Amino acid sequence: MGEIKLMKGNEVLAEAAIRCGCDGYFGYPITPQSEVMETLMAREPWKETGMVVLQAESEVASINMVYGAAATGKKIMTSSSSPGISLMAEGISYLAGAELPCLLVNVQRGGPGLGTIQPSQADYFQAVKGGGHGDYKLIVLAPSSVQEMNDFVDLGFELAFKYRNPAMILADGAIGQMMEKVELADYKPRWTKEEVVEKNGGWATTGKPSSRKKNVITSLEMASNDMEVRNINLQAKYRKMEEEDVRYEAIQCDDAEFILVAFGTAARVCQKAVEVARAKGLKVGLLRPITLFPFPKTIIKELARKAVGFLSVEMSAGQMVEDIKLAVYDAGSNARVNYFGRMGGIIPTPTEVVEALEDKFSWELSYGVKRSY
Amino acid sequence: MDIQDIIKPENLVYQKTKLLTDTPMHYCPGCSHGVVHKILAELIDEMGLQDKSIGVAPVGCAVFAYNYIDIDWQEAAHGRAPAVATGISRVNPDAFVFTYQGDGDLASIGAAEIMHACNRGENILVIFINNGIYGMTGGQMAPTTLEGMVTATTPNGRNVELNGYPMRITNLIAQLPGTSYVTRQSVHTAGGVRKCKKAVKKAIQNVLDKKGTSFVEVVSTCNSGWKLSPVASNKWMEENMIPYYPLGDMKDSVKGEHSEN
Ligand SMILES: Cc1ncc(C[n+]2csc(CCOP(=O)(O)OP(=O)(O)O)c2C)c(N)n1
Ligand code: SF4
Ligand SMILES: [Mg+2]
Repeated sequence: MGEIKLMKGNEVLAEAAIRCGCDGYFGYPITPQSEVMETLMAREPWKETGMVVLQAESEVASINMVYGAAATGKKIMTSSSSPGISLMAEGISYLAGAELPCLLVNVQRGGPGLGTIQPSQADYFQAVKGGGHGDYKLIVLAPSSVQEMNDFVDLGFELAFKYRNPAMILADGAIGQMMEKVELADYKPRWTKEEVVEKNGGWATTGKPSSRKKNVITSLEMASNDMEVRNINLQAKYRKMEEEDVRYEAIQCDDAEFILVAFGTAARVCQKAVEVARAKGLKVGLLRPITLFPFPKTIIKELARKAVGFLSVEMSAGQMVEDIKLAVYDAGSNARVNYFGRMGGIIPTPTEVVEALEDKFSWELSYGVKRSY
Repeated sequence: MDIQDIIKPENLVYQKTKLLTDTPMHYCPGCSHGVVHKILAELIDEMGLQDKSIGVAPVGCAVFAYNYIDIDWQEAAHGRAPAVATGISRVNPDAFVFTYQGDGDLASIGAAEIMHACNRGENILVIFINNGIYGMTGGQMAPTTLEGMVTATTPNGRNVELNGYPMRITNLIAQLPGTSYVTRQSVHTAGGVRKCKKAVKKAIQNVLDKKGTSFVEVVSTCNSGWKLSPVASNKWMEENMIPYYPLGDMKDSVKGEHSEN
């Protein structure tokens, strides 16, 4: 059993980075995630593990520092919050285009614009659909506890290197700021120079010995035929992620007529909402996507066969609900898909969620069956 | 005497730079980029740095620099090469890291990144190709475009009321305590090439000695963008560019010191 501590989500990100053998962190302060860099700077991991920590002049610079460092085959990360991630969009697209593994963290706050520093999930589209230019995907992990902030650092790096693709932890201000019990991971040593060459020397800019061809990190192809081939390969990689690395948690879904779908903080609220609803005699379950990309389509399709309705509960104007609708449509099911959420930094309450369920599915609840059209 | 009697190793006076690849360069004939590539390739070879070197290519005409010099390279987003180089060098302190940037890349869209990399005194070499124009995109105004100079976006000449003044960014760079060696060179004459090579060599040595950021501006021609022949470009550069961007060392010290010449 690892060391047990009471810690803030943001602090845990820093601690987990040090312990998982991360080589470098580059960031720029922004609420509600500034504790990540603050914790790292106080911990001075360069003295302990050799991990580099640097405050960049902007998020534009920090994401490009990540690009440069990650391209040498090492474990590199950054963290920011919504406006900062927008500023990183070009760099993230380059990272995806050049197929560089790295870990990005977005501790989301309410937008658009400068918005609010309160928690939000309104960057779902930005995280799972692109955000920057071109056809690319990030591996997106959605923690709903401080423990998962810890676990997903290592998992994020593992998946990033498995696919040579940037991975993102999509958290929110609540998970970043709240304190919970966490079991910390044991220390893993940083990769040695030899290990980096052995694992990533086939592509990374580790310095060209005469024994191999030069390694070039680029996302540029002047010939559109070559660029299409690059795109086809990227898409094949994303399909493989969908086949091999979907993660979710299904809570009381087996007999459920209504499925709440929620991730992160909204999922925590929905866990309670399931209890409240069950106490009222409603057969409600919770599906919690852990990977937002790859999205857990298959389980939604399965659930759609018998479920009467889905309620997507989000701290946004309703973004993930579109992906649920696509999956339900793919399943050929006539289960109804609705959305309930709060915006601007407000976390919905369990009672609000149950009331929304009763309101949006009042017809189905009165007649006890799916509505036919 | 037969020609075969002359072609012997002991008679060799010059050969193709070892680290230049066989890929035909896409640069316009007369362009300075190719000459500066050659200087870099020669020095990386002569100083035994091939397996330590990581180059960062810009967005600009030199975007394909990675096709021409046989070392590991990274292609950066427009203007971001100094941040990319920072990332590389921080987690690989033993590597020889350099950026190669145009004036649009370095002095316009990437002005923040170059200032801060130099201010932090990153142990990197910056090669700055100042041709007073955006070569790659078809000859638009750069921050360095001279007053009155005609470009695609200043068809009536650069008007300082509208566009501001030609920027001597290297002078600003020399003010930053993180830089060690800051110099301005040219490669339009044989003597210039020799001097420039010497400067780049010193700059590389400074990086190896971890003295801070070394910065070499090369006042360059863009005959296609300037719409002049290569020979006329050299003359125009001498008469117009060099008076505004005078050649010579601007700073020679170590990081943290303020000595300027
Ligand atoms: C974000 C972004 N903006 C604009 C461009 C288009 N662009 C490509 S090269 C370039 C200018 C390059 O000029 P310079 O740096 O002076 O290099 P040169 O070609 O003159 O060597 C521009 C504006 C781009 N690729 N990316
Ligand atoms: S356009 Fe100008 S900078 Fe670009 S290759 Fe031609 S001469 Fe050189
Ligand atoms: Mg230029």
